Amino acid sequence: MIRELTCIGCPMGCSLTVEVEDGKAVSVTGNTCGIGKRYAEQEIQAPTRMVTTTVLSDNGRPVPVKTMRPVPKEKIFEVVNEIKSRHATLPVSIGDILIDDAAGTGVPVIITGDADR
Amino acid sequence: MDRHVSLAVIGAGPAGLAAAVSAHEAGIENIVIYERDEKLGGILNQCIHNGFGLHTFKEELTGPEYATRFIDKVRELGIRCETESMVVSISPQREITVVSKRYGLRVVSADAIVLAMGCRERPRGALNIPGMRPQGIYTAGAAQKLVNCEGYVPGKEVVILGSGDIGLIMARRMTLEGAHVKVVAELMPYSGGLKRNIVQCLDDYDIPLKLSHTVVDIKGKRKLEGVTIAEVGPDGAPVPGTEEYYECDTLLLSCGLIPENELSLTAGIGINRITNGPFVDDRLETDVPGIFACGNVLHVHDLVDYVSEEAGRAGRHAADYILSGGAKKNPPNIVKVTPGQGIRYTVPVTIDLGNIEEDVHVRFRVGAVYKKVTIKLMCGDKELTSKRRTIVVPSEMEDVILRKSILEEVDGDIRVEMTGGGL
Repeated sequence: MIRELTCIGCPMGCSLTVEVEDGKAVSVTGNTCGIGKRYAEQEIQAPTRMVTTTVLSDNGRPVPVKTMRPVPKEKIFEVVNEIKSRHATLPVSIGDILIDDAAGTGVPVIITGDADR
Repeated sequence: MDRHVSLAVIGAGPAGLAAAVSAHEAGIENIVIYERDEKLGGILNQCIHNGFGLHTFKEELTGPEYATRFIDKVRELGIRCETESMVVSISPQREITVVSKRYGLRVVSADAIVLAMGCRERPRGALNIPGMRPQGIYTAGAAQKLVNCEGYVPGKEVVILGSGDIGLIMARRMTLEGAHVKVVAELMPYSGGLKRNIVQCLDDYDIPLKLSHTVVDIKGKRKLEGVTIAEVGPDGAPVPGTEEYYECDTLLLSCGLIPENELSLTAGIGINRITNGPFVDDRLETDVPGIFACGNVLHVHDLVDYVSEEAGRAGRHAADYILSGGAKKNPPNIVKVTPGQGIRYTVPVTIDLGNIEEDVHVRFRVGAVYKKVTIKLMCGDKELTSKRRTIVVPSEMEDVILRKSILEEVDGDIRVEMTGGGL
């Protein structure tokens, strides 16, 4: 089976043609670099995405956060809901860990913006 | 005159920060960055999604993380930043009028100025959408600020007009915040945003993108009740009978960005009507000596990495200008850079062949989607450099580098030509 994908690894957005056998990518063409090949292989087997959102701080203002690594695509809403159930105690700095293991993905959620008040 | 500085940088977004850093590294110490917001970082503070910095830092950062890299550098170098300070005019003699709560109104003279004011979104008033004027209509960036910086989600049932990157990013953002994004309508037959944003912001959440569609009516007296979307024909007019009504409480507009050049006009700087940004030469100097421009105030970029790179050059050239007192090393030999068929504009518009010190980036956008093209930079019949592209689209800025060694062989005007792709 042939699948056409658009790489999301960088803004170039290469059009990838992937030959799929038994749910695995056996060949990838159209990619400019290794990111495209890895993206295609992952996307065929188990798609993942980075999640970025905000968490409310104790002064009621949002603080930006992200997953440290991509999480399984089907877990995006669970991860977002877990983040929404928390709040950040100020001050926070970039890189602070908000959640060690978001929604059982094993991926931590970290703060991406400094906030002190 | 209240004060004098070597370099005044207007705006502390990605362009202003990078320009100040590179000017400092080139030996200029008396620098002030003026910023009207209370924070440094500009629009990056509200761009909490990732995807920034692949070129600059070889990693994918979110907007605030990317901004912080430059803010930390500015602080480390001890560059003075005046926040909550709004520049209201600039004279051709490089006198800047600044207002702030702290210092009141001041006039500051500068040896050189870097314009880094960025751009703003095209508002509803500039789009000529018919219908009522209820509450519930926002530009995508205004909604982005409300959601990401203020913590308010503007609505529950959303329609987005325009497929610019901010609109696509907001389609996903509103979805993650629990809203239902019903459709993204795009007037043009192609998307205005990056391909990867179509995939990860629309396709991932099954949000339909309707190309060649626009909003033809807005319903709701006080509060938005719904919008009517129709297909548009090749002539740009709505096709009768294709109207579809969407009930919604929020309409987001992502219909293009306009460089913010009111200040440039006060200095008498010539503005290119295609980019809505200043005309600049290869040193990113405007037609008013000592005033340089970079980033989205010069022409709208799609990637912040290119803004930082360009601003770094502007800062360096501004530093050179200050250190040399505006004197050129060699007699000028100025040639024009002009866009050929299918190409809308070029930045820069002139190159001083007499004073080439580094490679020159020629940046431009195409007017439509073209496949399998060759882009050539020509001087008369001589090909200076060329590059093949499988596809070029209006939403992605092109960049061709003219090597210093090649420019040393050039003796006339330069044309950017595109062949193939049905041209």
